[in-house]
Amino acid sequence: MLLSIKDLSVSYGKNQALKNINLDIEPNTVTAIIGPSGCGKSTFLRSLNRLTELTPNTTTRGSINYKEHNIYEMDPMEVRYHIGMVFQKPNPFPKSIYENVAFGPKLNGYDNNLQEIVEESLKKADLWLEVKDRLKDNAYTLSGGQQQRLCIARSLAVKPDILLMDEPTSALDPLSTAKIEDLMTTLKEHYTIIIVTHNMQQAGRVADNVAFFLNGELIEYGSSEKIFTKPFDKRTEDYITGRFG
Amino acid sequence: MLRKINDNKERLIHIGLFLIAMISVLTTAGIIYTLISESIPFFQNVSLKEFLTGTRWAPLFQPQSFGVLPLLNGTFLVAGIAALIAIPLGLGSAIYLSEYAPEKVRKTIKPILEILAGIPTIVYGYFALSFITPIIKFLFPQANIFNALSAGIVVGIMIIPMVSSLSEDAMLAVPQSLREGAYALGATKFEVAIKVVVPAAFSGITSAFILGISRAIGETMIVTIAAGATPKMTLNPLDSIQTMTAYIVQVSLGDTPHGSIEHQTVYAVGLTLFVITLLMNILAQIISRRFREVYGNAR
Repeated sequence: MLLSIKDLSVSYGKNQALKNINLDIEPNTVTAIIGPSGCGKSTFLRSLNRLTELTPNTTTRGSINYKEHNIYEMDPMEVRYHIGMVFQKPNPFPKSIYENVAFGPKLNGYDNNLQEIVEESLKKADLWLEVKDRLKDNAYTLSGGQQQRLCIARSLAVKPDILLMDEPTSALDPLSTAKIEDLMTTLKEHYTIIIVTHNMQQAGRVADNVAFFLNGELIEYGSSEKIFTKPFDKRTEDYITGRFG
Repeated sequence: MLRKINDNKERLIHIGLFLIAMISVLTTAGIIYTLISESIPFFQNVSLKEFLTGTRWAPLFQPQSFGVLPLLNGTFLVAGIAALIAIPLGLGSAIYLSEYAPEKVRKTIKPILEILAGIPTIVYGYFALSFITPIIKFLFPQANIFNALSAGIVVGIMIIPMVSSLSEDAMLAVPQSLREGAYALGATKFEVAIKVVVPAAFSGITSAFILGISRAIGETMIVTIAAGATPKMTLNPLDSIQTMTAYIVQVSLGDTPHGSIEHQTVYAVGLTLFVITLLMNILAQIISRRFREVYGNAR
């Protein structure tokens, strides 16, 4: 088991966002987290690399074991080296394309083979061919879809095991979305992906496993095939058939 | 019943408010007109070349000499010392307030910092002379009682709130998503501040610096009290010097007759000062506009 979540509860102040979540993630899979707005799926994703701690007054209980180490007993910076994240809206730094990808490795103290890491990461994110002649250009000269793939390359450059994706295509057009979905399937060979999505079709296309959240609780977790064809819980069925959400 | 609207009255109000708005524009125009028209007779007597390249400023003594460089020297020496104080401290406090301080602390410290900006400059002047100068004299016994260092330090302290507040505004405008992006790559809080937030707010921070220095150049009371009245070409901060502003005060308070060349110098120096600060303010505007970071799709 790559990631094992036990009795995870997260509260913002008095507001409990997640209640006793138990979930195991297998390596080299894509897991989709689905559920209506406010169900805690983003909170869940952000608790996996301890980004929830950036919000004041957050309390977390339970444990998340990454390769047998509880990440809440690790240095948060180290956790984030191993568990990368791509956000809802592309958020490249106002720097060159090259500097964006090199940012993480530089923090880590790499400097001799930076060029190599940048090229390799951009290739993995399927962006290299489009930007190889303009690495010095500002990242904001790229289109939204390219920016998002740049953010994926930026995350890959620190060589994480797990990639968290928080609705990574919700701000993109269908073509860019398709590219990123294809990318997830190829990245799965080397990485483990956990993606939050509002889009049921997307979950169906990319995910091996699906977790359905409602009101801060994990209602159902299983293979994507099972969740979409024979859901166990009535609420899951209502949600995926579009009766609410 | 409908209210009867008096069109003439509305028009009068419109014109009245326009005139009120024009007062500051007209005042500025008037100041520029006075500066230029009073400087013209001066430059008929003294060549622009002598004024701008001469290294001796002695309009009040015989033989007279009208090289403005010693006054520029004094002004920039004080402004330079002030910048050395205000830029690191202003930026440091902006980083603290924007990135580190909990909301409560920020809400307490910010108003206190802004009180600094409300202290009359004469108070700063006496603070320089009666507190900073003795310390300098203790550390460097060879220092003059009136010296550029003391005035520069205190002018620097005076502009810290301005530099800090403008820099902080620029840093708060950096979208949270950029910070999260850096945290997600394993950056520490300090790395996020220094490697992401400060570069992203670069244009705003730079224009804060320039506006602060421009304010230091125009500062009058502190330098009049603490920096001395000795126009001098020097880079020694322990020397007594004179700034452009302090010179204007000296002549304005003195008894040089109106219309004499001694009196006209005030306008020539004033015009020089005006041009310098105007250029710096324009530069600050250009930087903050041209290099304003567009944060792409990021929120």
